[in-house]
Amino acid sequence: MSSEGLGQAPGLLVEGLGPGLPVPTVEPRARRARLLRGIPRFVIRRILLGLVTLFIASLVIFAATQALPSDPARAILGRSATPESVAELREQLGLNKSVVEQYMDWLGGVLTGDLGNSLAAGVPVTEILGQRVVNSLFLMLLAASISVPLGIFIGAVTARRRDGPLDHTVSTVTLATAALPEFVVAIALVVVFSTTVWHVFPGVTLIDPGVGPWNYPKELVLPTLTLVIAVTPYVTRIMRASMVEILESDYVEMARLKGLSERLVLWRHAVPNGIAPTFQVIAINLAYLAGGIVVVEAVFNYPGIGAAFVDAVRSRDMAVVQALALLIAALYVVLNLLADLATILVSPRLRTSLK
Amino acid sequence: MTDTALAIDAVPAGRSRPWVIVLAATWHQTRTKIGLAILLLLLAVAVFGPFFAPHAPDAGLTRPGGFLGGFEPPSDVAALGTDNLGRDVLSRFLWGGRSVLALSVLATLLGAVLGIAVGLLAAYSRGAMDDGLMRTQDVVLAFPQLVFALVLVATVGPQLWLLVFAVGITTMPRVARVTRAAAVEVVERDFVRAAEGIGVPRRQILFAEVLPNITSTLVVEVTLRLTFNIAVIASLSFLGFGLQPPAADWGLMINENRQGLLAGQPWGVVMPVVAISLLTIGTSLIGDGFARAAIGIERGRARE
Repeated sequence: MSSEGLGQAPGLLVEGLGPGLPVPTVEPRARRARLLRGIPRFVIRRILLGLVTLFIASLVIFAATQALPSDPARAILGRSATPESVAELREQLGLNKSVVEQYMDWLGGVLTGDLGNSLAAGVPVTEILGQRVVNSLFLMLLAASISVPLGIFIGAVTARRRDGPLDHTVSTVTLATAALPEFVVAIALVVVFSTTVWHVFPGVTLIDPGVGPWNYPKELVLPTLTLVIAVTPYVTRIMRASMVEILESDYVEMARLKGLSERLVLWRHAVPNGIAPTFQVIAINLAYLAGGIVVVEAVFNYPGIGAAFVDAVRSRDMAVVQALALLIAALYVVLNLLADLATILVSPRLRTSLK
Repeated sequence: MTDTALAIDAVPAGRSRPWVIVLAATWHQTRTKIGLAILLLLLAVAVFGPFFAPHAPDAGLTRPGGFLGGFEPPSDVAALGTDNLGRDVLSRFLWGGRSVLALSVLATLLGAVLGIAVGLLAAYSRGAMDDGLMRTQDVVLAFPQLVFALVLVATVGPQLWLLVFAVGITTMPRVARVTRAAAVEVVERDFVRAAEGIGVPRRQILFAEVLPNITSTLVVEVTLRLTFNIAVIASLSFLGFGLQPPAADWGLMINENRQGLLAGQPWGVVMPVVAISLLTIGTSLIGDGFARAAIGIERGRARE
């Protein structure tokens, strides 16, 4: 699901209504010079826009966590605490300051790498999250490096054999799997591969602290597979939609008329151009992988930020919740920025329209 | 797309209202029928299931010798065995669908109403108002729905209204974007200009002139959102932030009965997993059928 969100118009998923196809054009020298000036300016504007989004996101996170119905100091110490000790802790947590001051303190801390102390564990948040961030990024990269090429491949092949039996099967299967919540996929995999049916892969990721998850290939199989099942359908569908349009374009016809083999036409001429419009969707999907990872890690007890997030929500450890929410928002902004850049760089028409 | 083409030919030519044509074309696709059958089946389970439940959902089962234990295999007393606390899996399954359905429908309605209003307003007013509105929506988009909901749950605690609110608020920008994109083109048309010219108030232009022209797009989007919201709501209750024990809820059941997988009693997990899967597959099949029909008809018009 999470791979949910998908801001793109649903029409894109249905059929070749993708963004305009990039037509290879010759670039005159003057235009190329303008392009060299245009790209840095575009990059800077996009980065600034991303920073503004992040800043507002930090406001949203902070505001959301201010809605606490009870006094956090009392919540930590419990009902039996003396008024003196509550007052002392309030002072310590900076709760006596105005909301604006508290926000500035937090933001200043974020910018200098000090995310505060975890209320549950009593140690700095950065200490708890360091290794977990690495573990989660590893899982996401692993899932992405399988699902993106796989989706591009299936998308290209089904577009080539449009309306054939393979295309129909894939379209139905991707439609169905795209809708499934990740935890349902994860649990179903546990039922089939680690408990009820077979006992091939462990259903729980037991990793010793300080040891990289890449040392546990067997434990990684089911979490990775869950994420791959969640992401591949989207990449497949957008790639197919993009390719359907490209395969009908003039230059693909031209390549065919030159007598090139279908295989060469598909992989050398059509696919490189068909990939560009998929970047945006891939980026959004990878960003939503961060949402999916929360549930998947919770199911498999994978020691990453997702499981930490759920634990922090359960124990109302707000410093950890704030830090992770901001981290996930930052990931979204960065991935979108990269997707925009990649799209601009690979599609000639957009590239030359920059002034 | 062959089935769409067939579907359009099968629609009787005549002066039917546009939405009748779209609905007919939607209905003529196999995927819509399958999706609708699945959805109706699960709706029936969720709504009428409790009337057929053999036991109370939160009662420990007894047999002549005493109470049944946890994770007992299917028997005469409990057709699908017992759950972690020795309660009837079948009865809890029959009771557990209402919450997921009700919460996700409510959240989707909330998000759709807000999103459509914001999208229409942005498309119609353009300029600074448009920019301001849509930038605000983008900020909410920077969070996966589940993450946003979890931040609120961490602050306020697991409340059902909060789940509806959180999922609704995160549905809003997604609907708003699609609404705006569709409406931008409609507000330029002559009949909107004409309505402005004779002094029709803005609210009436938005809801009586613009909105009816983008309903197909919105129906597709809202169905898609419902599918995803079912997933988010189910995930939240699986994580323990939805209905609280001893309530019967499909997401919660899966979490409670995971140990049963190791104990060789998978039914407490398998039944809700199958039900939630079918629910999301059903809604997405219907949404896809509708999308194909709407696009097919658009193309048919373009060809004329």
